[in-house]
Amino acid sequence: MAIRVDYRASLSLVGTVLKYLAVPLSIPLVVAVAYGESVAPFLVTMLVTVAVGGGLEWLRPDPDLGAREGFLMVAATWLAVSLIGALPYLIEAHGLPGLVPATAPDSTLATPANAVFESMSGFTTTGATVLGSISLDAHGHGIMLWRQLSQWLGGMGIVVLAVAILPELSVGGAQLMDAEAPGPGIEKLTPRIAETARALWGAYLGFTVLEILLLYGLHLGGMAPNMDVYNAVAHGLTTMPTGGFSPEARSIEAFSAAVQWLIIPFMIAAGTNFALFWHALTGDPKRLPRDTEFRFYVGAMAVLTGLVAALLFVGNGVATFVPPGTTFDAGYLAGVRATLIGNVEPALRHAAFQVVSLVTTTGYASIDFNAWGPSAQYLLLFAMFIGGSAGSTGGGIKVVRWYVILKSIRRELFTTAHPEAVRPVRLGGRTVDERAIRGIYAFTLLYLVMFFVASGLLFLNTGRSGLSLSVLEAMSAVAATLGNVGPGFGLVGPMGSYLDFSATSKLFMVALMWLGRLEILPVLVCLTPEYWRQ
Amino acid sequence: MRVIIVGAGQVGSSIAADLADAHDIVVVDQDGDRVEELTYSLDVLTVQGDGTSLSTLDEAGIDEADMVIASTDDDETNIVVCATARAVSDAFTVARVKNTEYLRTWERSERAFGIDFMVCTNLLAAESIVRVVGIPAARDVDSFAGGRVQMAEFEIPPGSPVTDQTVAEADRFEQLTFAAILRDDELEIARGDSILHERDRVVVIGNPRSVRGFATTIAPEEPPGTAEEVVVIGGSEIGYHVARLLGDRGFKPRLIEQNGERARQLAEDLPNAVVMENDATDMDFLEREHVGDADFLVAALDSDEKNLLVSLLARRLGVDRTVAVIDTSEYVELFETVGVDVGVNPREVVAEEITRFTRDGGAENVAIIESDRAEVLEVEVDAESVLVDRPIHESVADLPAGVVIGAITRGDEFITPRGDTVLERGDHVVVFLDECVVDDVTPKL
Repeated sequence: MAIRVDYRASLSLVGTVLKYLAVPLSIPLVVAVAYGESVAPFLVTMLVTVAVGGGLEWLRPDPDLGAREGFLMVAATWLAVSLIGALPYLIEAHGLPGLVPATAPDSTLATPANAVFESMSGFTTTGATVLGSISLDAHGHGIMLWRQLSQWLGGMGIVVLAVAILPELSVGGAQLMDAEAPGPGIEKLTPRIAETARALWGAYLGFTVLEILLLYGLHLGGMAPNMDVYNAVAHGLTTMPTGGFSPEARSIEAFSAAVQWLIIPFMIAAGTNFALFWHALTGDPKRLPRDTEFRFYVGAMAVLTGLVAALLFVGNGVATFVPPGTTFDAGYLAGVRATLIGNVEPALRHAAFQVVSLVTTTGYASIDFNAWGPSAQYLLLFAMFIGGSAGSTGGGIKVVRWYVILKSIRRELFTTAHPEAVRPVRLGGRTVDERAIRGIYAFTLLYLVMFFVASGLLFLNTGRSGLSLSVLEAMSAVAATLGNVGPGFGLVGPMGSYLDFSATSKLFMVALMWLGRLEILPVLVCLTPEYWRQ
Repeated sequence: MRVIIVGAGQVGSSIAADLADAHDIVVVDQDGDRVEELTYSLDVLTVQGDGTSLSTLDEAGIDEADMVIASTDDDETNIVVCATARAVSDAFTVARVKNTEYLRTWERSERAFGIDFMVCTNLLAAESIVRVVGIPAARDVDSFAGGRVQMAEFEIPPGSPVTDQTVAEADRFEQLTFAAILRDDELEIARGDSILHERDRVVVIGNPRSVRGFATTIAPEEPPGTAEEVVVIGGSEIGYHVARLLGDRGFKPRLIEQNGERARQLAEDLPNAVVMENDATDMDFLEREHVGDADFLVAALDSDEKNLLVSLLARRLGVDRTVAVIDTSEYVELFETVGVDVGVNPREVVAEEITRFTRDGGAENVAIIESDRAEVLEVEVDAESVLVDRPIHESVADLPAGVVIGAITRGDEFITPRGDTVLERGDHVVVFLDECVVDDVTPKL
């Protein structure tokens, strides 16, 4: 039987999702009204998204999705949402010719490549920015909130959200969620997939609200002077999706130690499998500490934190000179040294914050880790590759994959000595299917190959466009975008930006973020000729 | 008591034989020849027919029955027999099953299937194998008084330091009592001057540490303890349970299974075992995996002959002790003569368990030694007991020869019985009884 990919069914569903994007867009619209800013960016975008969405939906009113259509739908949704999400930035920078004046004519988001980069970085929860000046003075509160909101929407997954609220996705929703959700496979928590999606979103929403309340509570308690309502909301919206778009140019460094300590557990929670929270809340609280992946995840962060903290405490982990191309001066470096060396609390706090931030791929910074020495920086680069847990909002390769790989390597060593031994790889109490192990190897290898190839391409392209970039910087930029981390090292460090890259490099990284968020395969599958063949 | 036994196979016949003296037994079986044979060999009523059908049960007198024991070779039949009996009578129902899933269901509810007592062949066999592991030279080990007392039967290996010693010389343990010495067909109640010979089997009762200590004395070259290396051959249900129980006890057994699919399944179910897929009679493989270095080998393949072969191979490779699962009870003694250290017959184990459960007289726990040559009982001393409130040497004078008070526990305390020990109400006594005095003595205790 000839089976052809029914792209019209996929695109029609993309249209449905796009149409509903108008709802979250109303939030920054209201904020813009409240602060007396221009509403044009959001109003126009809402009209566009409804028009485009409605148009696509019209392709086929009653879509029926198969497995193959699912990949296309998910991949296309993320691309379309990111493209449309760039509109507010462009309208803010350009206005509407003859109708509305530009409100931020100097914005670096004025070019389409930059606006799309920022939008894709938001939705994929990467947190890499091309904003020239991150401040509420240069950009409106509405626009800045849109950045944060895009991350929040992307965190638990737009498609998961769609499954949660769109009844037409009740069949086939599991496949869609599988194609979108990070980690190998999804866990159905309830008999109905829509309920599962709602449970996940419920836990996500709950944590977000809790964090906002606690952050603002710190402010009211006098322990966080800068953490006003807007900041509390903005950071709540970008911690839980492991996004990292802080409205402050100096990220979390702009806040007190109490805020930094508070954000750490929320980042850890964001990088944890949300299904575990669901179990914890529905009567099985021991499931969380017993979970193998969770223990491995927390253990890995604890070990890395210990190592980095020790390096910072004794001074080995702190840079001795100002590296070229960094965003700080010698005075800043001296301050960092004075803060960290020989002081337990700051050394531990910054080590824990940075390790957790990069393992979970949040990308916040409590300090400019460009001021750290190479030994500490390599540990951080390593942390980026660990990634969050399966079923979390974190990016990267994912803890569970590393765990399974380590266990299967141990198995290989054993069976080399005892060829007849039969050894299933165990993950907690369950054994892992051999096909799943092969899939994990394939994914990890693909990820690493993609990382090296993309690093080479980016390095060559920056050289061509006249931007001098070290190999480490290029590698960290690719690791940060492919893994949806955000900050890298050097030029793209936590206080820096991706602004200086050429438009081609930026679009290249847009593709990396897109691939990384959907864990490569759903996007790559749609690009193979076999997929489209009958 | 009127007892209906459904299924006159080895288990049913053996239970019938054990109970026939004291109870009215009705045996039901579909096989006419077997029914006929039993009619003449045992003093029981026999009914030919399907035990799951009401008419057969009526014929067997289900209305008057106090107990129904379903002991056919088929799990589902046994369950249906019990459920049927429960539906039409008040009889106490006992079912024998092989599948542990049924046992688990029953244990969860204690009412499932209308069964009052369920015994699982494979699990019981595995448990009796596992009890022997870790105690050198042991052929049989049973626990009493919540584990505070152990009964063990040892075979004195050739060249043992206790050979030709008297019991008084060999007994260097405070909390250990020698009960009897079994030699060929005779049973000798142990006295201080009894002499221990090579290949004698000695029954001792004591606290677990002393029992283990004694085991080391008679077989010093076999170190006891948890470091023991155990190899299980054959991933049958029994092999699986042996590996599982050993794993629970902290051993890391190796299990060898020929069928790839079954091996994979076992490897998934047994996190504490190393499962290997190979033919266990492949000498190259056994040598490569150093199976000869194992302290203990359990042969649990599906054929008696293969189990014998594997045990003999293992002995040749240097395995210290072998236990073989032997389905045909007639082979047990033969196999033990030619080189298997311990033969375990699953049906015998089950028959023993059902018999010990059925036996009245207040015994809490019974161990049967060498298919009925002797019994070890645990009894709680009550006001009517001959033992209560008097020194042991006085009460023993009132009892026939062939009775040995092996151990006493009072609460958590272990008391070594001496002639002048006075027993109190509520004490638990573990007693060794020669078969010929069992029926006589049991009611008095």
